[in-house]
Amino acid sequence: MLRRIGNWPLLVALMVVALGAHPADAAQTTIIDVTNPFIRKIPIAIPLFKPLVENAQAAAVSDAGADMVAEMLDFTGYFKIMDRGAFLEEPRILGVSGTSLNFRNWTVIGAELLVTGGITVAGDSLKMELRLFDTFQGQQVVGKVYTGQLKDERRILRRFCSEVIFYLTGQRGFFNSEVAFVSTGTGNKEIYIADYDGRNPSQFSKTRNITISPAWSPDGQWLAYTAYAKNNPNLYVKHRRLSQGFEISYEGLNITPAWMPESSSSPEVEDKRLAATLSHEGDQEIYLLTGKGKIIKRLTSSWGSDVSPTWSPDGKKLAFVSNRTGSPQVHVLDVASGQTQRLTFEGRYNTQPSWSPRGDKIAYAGMTNSQNNIFVIGLDGRPPIQMTANSGNNESPCWAPDGSMIVFSSTREGAARIYVMTAFGTDQRRLLALPGEQTNPKWSPNIESD
Amino acid sequence: MKRKAWMCLALLVIVPAMLLTVSCSKQTAVDADTATKVEPPKAPAAPAVDPKAEAEKRAKEMALNEFLHENVHFDFDSAALSAMAQQVLQRKAAWLTSNPSATVTIEGHCDERGTNEYNLALGERRAASAKAFLADLGIAAGRMKTVSYGEERPLDPASTEEAWAKNRRAQFKLN
Repeated sequence: MLRRIGNWPLLVALMVVALGAHPADAAQTTIIDVTNPFIRKIPIAIPLFKPLVENAQAAAVSDAGADMVAEMLDFTGYFKIMDRGAFLEEPRILGVSGTSLNFRNWTVIGAELLVTGGITVAGDSLKMELRLFDTFQGQQVVGKVYTGQLKDERRILRRFCSEVIFYLTGQRGFFNSEVAFVSTGTGNKEIYIADYDGRNPSQFSKTRNITISPAWSPDGQWLAYTAYAKNNPNLYVKHRRLSQGFEISYEGLNITPAWMPESSSSPEVEDKRLAATLSHEGDQEIYLLTGKGKIIKRLTSSWGSDVSPTWSPDGKKLAFVSNRTGSPQVHVLDVASGQTQRLTFEGRYNTQPSWSPRGDKIAYAGMTNSQNNIFVIGLDGRPPIQMTANSGNNESPCWAPDGSMIVFSSTREGAARIYVMTAFGTDQRRLLALPGEQTNPKWSPNIESD
Repeated sequence: MKRKAWMCLALLVIVPAMLLTVSCSKQTAVDADTATKVEPPKAPAAPAVDPKAEAEKRAKEMALNEFLHENVHFDFDSAALSAMAQQVLQRKAAWLTSNPSATVTIEGHCDERGTNEYNLALGERRAASAKAFLADLGIAAGRMKTVSYGEERPLDPASTEEAWAKNRRAQFKLN
């Protein structure tokens, strides 16, 4: 149980000042313009944290903590993490609150943001006092006190980083999210789940047969996927932790599940909605199902293959792949009117659409010369932007829950692995490497820890 | 149902008989080790070979082998049946006609180049094309089940034109 007890008494005053000045603006603060493709990385200083009560444990937690924050913030691609060797003062010695900092010592070395941390460890319990300063304004802009157990350190720091990103972008970030993907380590394709940064990968499905296409429910508690447990591609809906699950097995295909954005906040799986491709009526069409697989209605009705649905964040539209025009292309269906419009026109093979959680863009894999690459296309009629090139096969793009990054699979280093990049194609790097090959990544929503 | 009961009865007799045979021969082996003089075991009496029946049996095996291993091939991103594919399917129909009790699964497969979700759909369309063609030739639809494996079960994992052509197929399995 992680308990946030609110603001440190001293910080309350500061926070009140900050929030009191622009109470309504809190959610609209955009220091980082997330729509600007030419991001200048913000120089941020993250000096070692200060043990507020000196003991060996606090020292260890302090040192590790600053590095973890640096790593988490670096992951977003927004920041340039400054070298600690360049720092002119040490908050670890002088103190971590605004009054003990000389902001000029930070602005002169080019740091625009500064993170400080004060740590108290008593036995198994941990208290972390974390602040973000705007050095040029000489102002604290985020200040939180978290208490928990020693083992909660990373979770606490993830929460703090979410606050930092929220302050800077107006978005909640992705530090409480996970990535599901397919790995062949056991000799079969199985679903695995790792933290957003590739840590703690663990096998989720144990089908011992082909298992593909994981899809997260909007609350992050359920996964739907396709598996050949009975030598037919059937859908399985499984709770992330509890041993609850359902099989959806209409005759023929039961593939490419996509959960509809939540219309009710009911935790019951039958109240959730799932779009998926079925072929029991002869043609491959996309249907709207309950979380347990009962058909609510057929959504598409065009001859040929209609697969890989992805919902707009408001749940009113559905992008999907159809070969109705002769080759696989991304189309957009307006669910209420039933009107469908073709979205992609460049290239002969465009599949695997993923609708950005911000609503304005769709990422997909487009094939030229037998190689897939990731493209991003706006819904404004502008041509697509190619995000990957000359780096093997790049497939299965999926957006982070705040739309700031894209996870995908690539064969650029040989075997297929999971990679991430920013929403503008920068900072491409591998997330993890496990035995076998890794494909089909799906980024989860932020999952509130229990 | 009746047939199943028969099988069970037959198994009830055969299985213990087999077990007995195994334990007996083991016993003999042990005896042979300790015996000073070993009599060579009698060669089993050769079954009477009927050359005609033998040839027929061989031809049947070959026909089955061809049925299971000659695949129907497709162009990239296509489930259309080429002239060659239709010839292969004519032979499948002939085999199915001369083996009226056989029921089959037609598997649809793709090469690795597309993406796996769309290929699941394409594989199903390939299997369905083959099934529809055979049904037109008079093979009862109820004898043919279809399943798509998309790009998940390549015959040749190489990334070459040759391997891709081999992998784009409808493949027949006996149920």
